[in-house]
Amino acid sequence: MSLFWIPVLLVLGVLVPIICERFGRNVCTVATMALPGLALAKILSIVPEVFAGNVITEYLSWIPSAGLILSLRVDGLALLFALLILGIGLLIIFYASYYLSEEEAIGRFYAYLILFMTAMLSIVLANNLLQLWMAWEITSISSFLLISFWSSKSESRKGARMALTVTGAGGLALLAGFLLIGDIVGSYDLSVVLNSGDTIRDHALYPVALLLVLAGAFTKSAQFPFHFWLPHAMAAPTPVSAYLHSATMVKAGIFLLALFYPVLAGTDLWFFVVSMTGLATFLIGAYLALFQHDLKGLLAYSTISHLGLITLLLGINTQLAAIAALFHIMNHAVFKASLFMAAGIIDHETGTRDMRRLNGLWKYMPHTATLATVSAASMAGIPLFNGFLSKEMFFAETLDQVALGSLSWMIPVLATLGGILSVAYSMRFIHDVFFNKEPEGLPKTPAEPPRYMKFPVEILVVICLLVGIVPDFMIGDLLAISATALLPDGPLPEYSLSIWHGLNLPLLMSVIAIFGGLLVYAYRHPLYRFQSQFRETDAKLVFEGIMQGGIQQVSRLHNTLSNGSLQRYIALLLILVIVMTAIPIIQLDSAAGNLTDQAVNGIEITLAMLLCISAVATAILHKQRMIALIAISVVGLIVSITFARFSAPDLALTQLAVEIVTVILLMLALFFLPQKTPADSAPKRIVRDLGIAAILGGIVATINYAIITRPFDSISDFFIANSKTGGGGTNVVNVILVDFRGFDTLGEITVLGIAALGIFKLLTRIRLSMPTANDKGIAWSKDVHPPILVMISQSLLPLALLVSAYIFIRGHNLPGGGFIAGLVTSVAIIQQYIAHGVDWIKPRIKLNYQNLIAWGVLLAALTGVGSWLFDRPFLTSWFDYFDIPWIGKIELASAIIFDLGVYLTVVGATLLILANLGKLTTEHRPTVEEE
Amino acid sequence: METLYVLCVGVMTFSGVFLCLRGRTFPVVLGLMMLGYAVNLFLFSSGRLNLDGAAILGKSEIYADPLPQALVLTAIVIGFAMIAFIVILSMRARADLGNDYVDGKEPPDSSMNSPSRWSSKK
Repeated sequence: MSLFWIPVLLVLGVLVPIICERFGRNVCTVATMALPGLALAKILSIVPEVFAGNVITEYLSWIPSAGLILSLRVDGLALLFALLILGIGLLIIFYASYYLSEEEAIGRFYAYLILFMTAMLSIVLANNLLQLWMAWEITSISSFLLISFWSSKSESRKGARMALTVTGAGGLALLAGFLLIGDIVGSYDLSVVLNSGDTIRDHALYPVALLLVLAGAFTKSAQFPFHFWLPHAMAAPTPVSAYLHSATMVKAGIFLLALFYPVLAGTDLWFFVVSMTGLATFLIGAYLALFQHDLKGLLAYSTISHLGLITLLLGINTQLAAIAALFHIMNHAVFKASLFMAAGIIDHETGTRDMRRLNGLWKYMPHTATLATVSAASMAGIPLFNGFLSKEMFFAETLDQVALGSLSWMIPVLATLGGILSVAYSMRFIHDVFFNKEPEGLPKTPAEPPRYMKFPVEILVVICLLVGIVPDFMIGDLLAISATALLPDGPLPEYSLSIWHGLNLPLLMSVIAIFGGLLVYAYRHPLYRFQSQFRETDAKLVFEGIMQGGIQQVSRLHNTLSNGSLQRYIALLLILVIVMTAIPIIQLDSAAGNLTDQAVNGIEITLAMLLCISAVATAILHKQRMIALIAISVVGLIVSITFARFSAPDLALTQLAVEIVTVILLMLALFFLPQKTPADSAPKRIVRDLGIAAILGGIVATINYAIITRPFDSISDFFIANSKTGGGGTNVVNVILVDFRGFDTLGEITVLGIAALGIFKLLTRIRLSMPTANDKGIAWSKDVHPPILVMISQSLLPLALLVSAYIFIRGHNLPGGGFIAGLVTSVAIIQQYIAHGVDWIKPRIKLNYQNLIAWGVLLAALTGVGSWLFDRPFLTSWFDYFDIPWIGKIELASAIIFDLGVYLTVVGATLLILANLGKLTTEHRPTVEEE
Repeated sequence: METLYVLCVGVMTFSGVFLCLRGRTFPVVLGLMMLGYAVNLFLFSSGRLNLDGAAILGKSEIYADPLPQALVLTAIVIGFAMIAFIVILSMRARADLGNDYVDGKEPPDSSMNSPSRWSSKK
């Protein structure tokens, strides 16, 4: 069975509780446990192989061309975590069925929980950095969902948001770190990365990558100064706290440190940052835990403290410290999960978690009290319980390090201080809750919980005891094999897992810690009074304050930049264009390339000057709109002459026809718009705009000059070579349009059609003021249709249609084609509209222009589809030559049908726009009813 | 020739950009048209300036680059569709909003605005 079944089973497991919820809680619980149980069985089945020292990796190609390959790996470290995740996860599922009240949606809860379990397992099994990161982010999101499970409570929502923000931000840092590492190593494959320790450590970017990865790990594992989110995550239901916030998710950061230990550790930077962060977290967590009155608050801070302890161990530069860290990871997961569950039972049975009211519970729930006492003793590090062993190793390692040079002696002293504090808060958990007088004003009369609610706690407590008494038998192999993942080079150092190591310094430190802790607990009241002098800062308020401040800043920036003025956006956009283009242009040494200028003659200079003068005149005279329109039409005409001059007859024809249509259109539009622009720009703005325009004009001219004075290899040789043989036409431009790039053209005529339909829609029911006189107050001429124009245009019509038919047919071989012919036809018909008016045209030309567009696009598309009938790709064209009597040899090509589609669309679109605009002044104006 | 060509493109860009930055719709339409010419000429020139070339097979020894020509040909037609669309849009905006400002309302900072006799909705 492939390893990939493990995540697959769990993903399926997310759906199970949702489906099974209707069958009652017990069925739902059992069904939910089934798939994770199977996954656990799979993991257990590979235990012998991993213990034999093999690292199992499996690959599954996903998008190999992009380097995306899913892969899983199981080594000792992954095995340890997978066992913790699945084992404790199953216990938590069982426990939660008793913890959640009957009316709560247990299906949804389980689904979130399994989702989290999937993500967490995917982290530890991932063999690819990006895959690991994805899973990492999913744990943040599922944790958010779980913390906010009681979403009606404000503190749940705020706590969830805080956790998501902090761990999410850390996740982004981690991604950056991973990308850097991937870049340094050249692979995201973990198997490769883990073997590239020296490459990474010697790289100049190592400190950056390290700090980014550490930022990810520290936020997830609630290390100082990011620890503040964890206590607020306690708003989650207690099974969640037991699972995510003690045993698994917060350990993901630790896992990451352990995973990258062989790669990133071993430098002074690692040891300094990691050990100091760990030490600070260890002490701060332990100190603050003492002052919590909330049972879960105490456990939360103690979790922070223990995570700090593990981090400190990973930051101490000895091999034994790494082994001790792994050992403590297991021990902490076991005793802390059981403590959380016990706290949940107490909460469940008494209705409160306030230790000032919880007293003397031993009488009411002796069984639970015994279990909790054992776990708390383990947390305190009392001999015979598992916590003692790893704490003893921890003390021993603090003595062995030289992290702070001559100040290194401070670390064991501070470690002992932390030990004292943890004994004190553990003592408080036991004594304050179960002994110490009588309970005060509890909402419920306390009693033992349902029998099986204690079952998961019992299992964990038994493990605590067994590990504490016969450690080597219980976890010796697992610890050894997971340690080899951290210390891959050479054999593991000598260490012994036993309770008695003789009278030595670490034992003395333990003794000091225990008695000191008892002493601190005895004198806790003066300490409380001392602590109460400090004003308590609520991390939630601070956090919300920062968030709100950030949001305000952003919205202020947003309002400044985005004030609703399109005019301003354009200016900003153009300034950005200047910046983006100027930088590379400045780096170009010389605009002129090595091609020499071709000679110019007088006509060319004259035309160019005329063009420049007209263009500038358009800008200057834009307030006189009619004059500006005339000026710009001069520019358009010279542009079309330019095309003709530079060997582009098709373009010249197209430009000329478009120019005519556009000018008619704008003149019509001008009838409905103000004919003059009142002065409305402040002089400052005019200067600014002139500046932007001049710089951009200069930049564009420079780029253009740089391009056209340099030689290049065109890809057009292919088109020239294949135009006749492949496309059957000698007009290469037209063959490109209807054949080589026919699909582009199909898209373009579709856009044309859509634009025309959009215009038609805009013109429907438009409410316009129609001026009865021009801007000088002179009334419009009464002679709407002058007879000479009528006569000439009418006689021109057949001629124009003939020309357009000619241009259309010859287009494949000579300048012309569907676009140009369509425009010529449109111009001819528009001329009839101008000369005769709509009333005359309407009964004579019964074309529906919308239909014309539709037919055109359809025809073009069908021509393309037609080639499928002959098993050819879309838009393959066909042509052949035929001998027809009297006419001679002619060529028939399927491309001409395509071109006919283009023609129809162009005619339809142009006429739909112009005819409807013209109709606005008549009773034939487009209305909704007409559609 | 090349210098003269880019001079024209530059001047058209200048004029087009300046017009695009105006506050009323009609000059902006003209500006976009002008920019359209400039851009089409710019793209066209990427095939270099061929005085005696031909894009028709068998008409000349030298061929003008047909690819930019084909691209610019469709660009001209699409450009027309877009100009038509925005000019009608500006008509519609004036009909619905009662003014022909690009922003749909009189700019708050400009004291030089004299209410136009066109700006009232009928």
